[in-house]
Amino acid sequence: MTAPAEETSLTRREEMAAKLASLHEEQQKAVEAGGKYIARHHERGKFTARERIELLVDEGSAFLELMPLAGWGSDFTVGASIVTGIGVVEGVECMIVANDPTVKGGALNPWSLKKSMRASDIAEQNFLPTINLTESGGADLPTQKEIFIPGGRGFRNLTRASARKQPTISVVFGNSTAGGAYVPGMSDYVIMVKEQAKVFLAGPPLVKMATGEESDDESLGGAEMHSRISGSSDFLAIDERDAIRLARRTVARLNWRKAGTVPTSAYAEPDLDPEDLLDLIPADLKEPFDPREAILRIVDGTGPGNEVPFDEFKPLYGSALCVGWANLHGHPIGILANARGVLMSEEAQKAAQFIQLANQKDTPLLFLHNTTGYMVGKEYEQGGIIKHGAQMINAVSNSTVPHLTVIMGASYGAGNYGMNGRAYDPRFLFTWPSAKSAVMGPAQLAGVLEIVARESAEKKGEVFDADGFKAIKEMVETQIEEQSLPYVLSGMVYDDGVIDPRDTRTVLGICLSVIDNQPIEGAMNFGVFRL
Amino acid sequence: MTIQRLLVANRGEIARRVFRTCRDLGIGTVAVHSDADAGMPFVRDADMAVHLPGNTPAETYLRGDLVIEAARRAGADAIHPGYGFLSENADFARAVIEAGLTWVGPAPESIEQMGSKIESKKLMEAAGVPVLGDASNASAAELPVLVKASAGGGGRGMRIVRDLDALPAEIERASSEAASAFGDGTVFVEPYVENGRHVEVQVLGTTDGVLILGERDCSVQRRHQKVIEEAPAPGLSDESRAALHEAARKAASAIDYRGAGTVEFLYDADKGSFYFLEMNTRLQVEHPVTEAVFGLDLVALQIAVAEGRSSAQMVALATTSALDPVGHAVEVRLYAEDPAAGYQPQSGTITAFDIPGVRAEFENLATPGIRLDSGVGAGDEIGTFYDAMIAKVIAWAPTREEALRRLAGALEQARIHGLRTNRDLLVNLLRDPVVVDARMNTTWLDGADLAVLGAAPGGEDARALSGFAAAIALAEGARRGAKVQGRIPAGWRNVVSQPQSTMFAAGEDELEVRWYGGQTFSSADLPDVRVIAVTPARVTLERDGVRRDFAVSVAGDSVDVDSSLGHVALRRLPRFTDPSTQVAAGSLLAPMPGSVIGVRVAVGDVVAEGDPILVMEAMKMQHTIAAPYAGVVSELNASEGQQVEAGAVLAVVSTGSTTEEEEEGTA
Repeated sequence: MTAPAEETSLTRREEMAAKLASLHEEQQKAVEAGGKYIARHHERGKFTARERIELLVDEGSAFLELMPLAGWGSDFTVGASIVTGIGVVEGVECMIVANDPTVKGGALNPWSLKKSMRASDIAEQNFLPTINLTESGGADLPTQKEIFIPGGRGFRNLTRASARKQPTISVVFGNSTAGGAYVPGMSDYVIMVKEQAKVFLAGPPLVKMATGEESDDESLGGAEMHSRISGSSDFLAIDERDAIRLARRTVARLNWRKAGTVPTSAYAEPDLDPEDLLDLIPADLKEPFDPREAILRIVDGTGPGNEVPFDEFKPLYGSALCVGWANLHGHPIGILANARGVLMSEEAQKAAQFIQLANQKDTPLLFLHNTTGYMVGKEYEQGGIIKHGAQMINAVSNSTVPHLTVIMGASYGAGNYGMNGRAYDPRFLFTWPSAKSAVMGPAQLAGVLEIVARESAEKKGEVFDADGFKAIKEMVETQIEEQSLPYVLSGMVYDDGVIDPRDTRTVLGICLSVIDNQPIEGAMNFGVFRL
Repeated sequence: MTIQRLLVANRGEIARRVFRTCRDLGIGTVAVHSDADAGMPFVRDADMAVHLPGNTPAETYLRGDLVIEAARRAGADAIHPGYGFLSENADFARAVIEAGLTWVGPAPESIEQMGSKIESKKLMEAAGVPVLGDASNASAAELPVLVKASAGGGGRGMRIVRDLDALPAEIERASSEAASAFGDGTVFVEPYVENGRHVEVQVLGTTDGVLILGERDCSVQRRHQKVIEEAPAPGLSDESRAALHEAARKAASAIDYRGAGTVEFLYDADKGSFYFLEMNTRLQVEHPVTEAVFGLDLVALQIAVAEGRSSAQMVALATTSALDPVGHAVEVRLYAEDPAAGYQPQSGTITAFDIPGVRAEFENLATPGIRLDSGVGAGDEIGTFYDAMIAKVIAWAPTREEALRRLAGALEQARIHGLRTNRDLLVNLLRDPVVVDARMNTTWLDGADLAVLGAAPGGEDARALSGFAAAIALAEGARRGAKVQGRIPAGWRNVVSQPQSTMFAAGEDELEVRWYGGQTFSSADLPDVRVIAVTPARVTLERDGVRRDFAVSVAGDSVDVDSSLGHVALRRLPRFTDPSTQVAAGSLLAPMPGSVIGVRVAVGDVVAEGDPILVMEAMKMQHTIAAPYAGVVSELNASEGQQVEAGAVLAVVSTGSTTEEEEEGTA
């Protein structure tokens, strides 16, 4: 690292430490979302969603929880009453989706829906089996209008996954009624927990109302009934642990083979200590930082077959964007990282070429954001910044190699698009606690508003009240600043999670391993490049 | 005559010990072995092996006729009996000689003369060897007395009587015990020496007279079974020692003894006096300590005597012609046993057996160090048919203190996995002030608190730290062996909701280890412990600035952790159990739903394998449920006409078999 003064480094580190402490606090809100209901749940001899997952995944394996802060800043509990992530079950990477029954009985709200849809997308794109750990009271009724219509897609997704040969397993721990009954209903394998699972289209009161028939939970939808009589359940588990055992046995028999290339495990850890990533990000994002300092702390270190950890491409051209090749946990990748915030014509053209090269050799791409957007101004407009930016966006949009995105710092304006922001469907997108995303910087946005207001006043022949506008400007600045913070975007499921920078290598390593579930085929065709 | 091929009518370490000398001397070797011993190292050590069908000693190693037949078939011209089994059986010795084979042992008459404790005592008394008088008519003032079986050995059939009224009954019981154990109910009574030490003299009878090869102290005994043996005996005055040696010479000379033998004395440490106990007409278990201090090969000397060589030729075998002991040697008997549970013998597979610093096996040390005489190695089985001794470990050093320290250190650092042993007890004994100051007597250990003396060095702390080390080593191993994400940090979580949990059984207890994974491991329960390094086989932990290495060995469910805190044996508990495997063994389950149309047995009935238990009808088909093996019907849950569900337990057949445990006699 270009040894920043010790004082600076300490400040940066302290700043990052405070952000990480806050991240941990927000994550704990999701973990403890059930509050007193967690104890009550335990008293009934039941496991929480995370306990079920911990038991389900292989001993010593990693679990990458996705979207843990979904619903942050909304009226709903952080985490949106679902726990989801990628875990290794019997050596198979699986998408795990667990209802959190300690939060309003596992009722689904609009954020739960968004989160589960994203989980289903990840499973589809990366060819993962899905394990649903089901126990939910159904839709959150006050917000049913936002859930009912789009929510039907979840059941369609299950059967379409099955049709794609991506097996689906449903373990029912409790309520899974009405629409929820279609989660086991549409799954390939169903396990129900004795005396706990309750799976029916209508419960005894509704049946009574509809047909006058007297019935009870167990005969309408008990685990015994479904396992012995209706056949809607394939396995009767004697308890929750047994259900998880059966789910693991089911995965063990999926005969799962990863169709992608599995790398060797002979590679070196990074040449530079990932711990230093805490010192990297300036407190004020106006100050640029060298992304190579991040790259060398994330990618595989020097070793046989990897003599140079990061081979930079076109280093003398468009130097505000640093691109090059590296290995990460043994997987070859191409990296695009902003070196000086702004993207100009050269950077855009360099990116477009680099993305095509990655597609030519079926190599995944990693985008490391710290961009303030495309350059503006007469000279640049006349130089064709739009068409050059369009080339980059064309390349990003039509590239078919897997994309991974990490927002380290700024991600403003069309830079967010060109660098493969959420709207461009990267396989995975994570943010560092230092990240900020918005249409433009808060100060610029407020400044623009002031100019527009002044012009408007002048046009009307009015006197612009500069002092009066100051308050508005400050308010807008604060609001934009708040909205650009990672929790807000994470809460809206615009990323897959906020991560500790030191975990970046691990997170990306898991993602690249997951990606290997299917072969990588780079694009042969792109849109028409406006040259 | 010169022996060309020798059969050892024994097993385990003593067979290996004799084979080693035979190899040195150029003598061919023949082993005999039971069914269970077929794969044991002593069988592999021999040039040839003959199978003795069966397992109990009575079927195998005690069958003199089969042993002689084995020698004939394998072309052996000599038989060495080792110790125990047939070693002091005069009839066998005679049969060997009559079969035209060389008997590596004393004359059958010598065995007979010394075989009876009562007769031998009379003989010794006549030869001027001090003996304890007959106390069968002891007065209250002469109490306590000791009742002993004449044909006994290894302390069996012995009892101390402190109450005169109890004496007749004790004699009665000792006699009936002796009758069933040795086939000879003769017992005798002698005064009991309270602070008695066991001191024995190694003799070698030759055509030119009796050589005295010093003495040994074997006072640390548990229930009359020797635990620690050493040479020379500590704390003996020159006069006592000389008198002792002279008494032994008289004893051996009195019967014109030939070969290696041991004259055992009860040494009254308070008075400095000693009394003849018995003479063992064979090689002793503890012979290596004598070999160490004299630089001799006692088996080679036995063979030389059997071959009729002269005493001068034999002394030439010795490295020290003066026959003065050099340095001090201590031996311990490492047993597969649980001292805390009344020395209950343990059986199972030794999954690791590694004693550091072993410089010699079955042979003399050239320089001070550790000698190992072991009948088993890693992967071998300790069964229930024979003595549970795993090995003898011997230290030889210039002084007694150094020998004790070396031996304790080697045992402490040894890796012995798979079954419980008396290792911790031995280490503690070798460091106990009573032993270090040579204040032990033959009853001291039986009165000691084994909870303290047998305790592992590290205590509770050892379990917590070793358990943590085991859990993270397992996690690291699981990660490295994983099909995917093999280099992602073990147990990594981006959102930490709870510690990882690994369950072990530690003896009778359950041990839950709670830990966190990720870029570094940490313990949820030991916050002051820092993890320095982790591999699947070794973990380095730091606490209070002190680093400690933990070697973790995994074999199936067993996880053994060795460190400076001692050995902690753990068993992984499964995360999941298939409930269908949870039914009692021998349960007969309904193969499908149906009705019971016939019950053929009642609870308590003895059934043979294949006997019908009940008949079921389902889907118009009859199914007979039969006994899976011979046993007793211990449970019956079905009656005629009853509807049963698939998987219902209809009946349980318990095995009623009992395997009788038999032990060989060792001294």
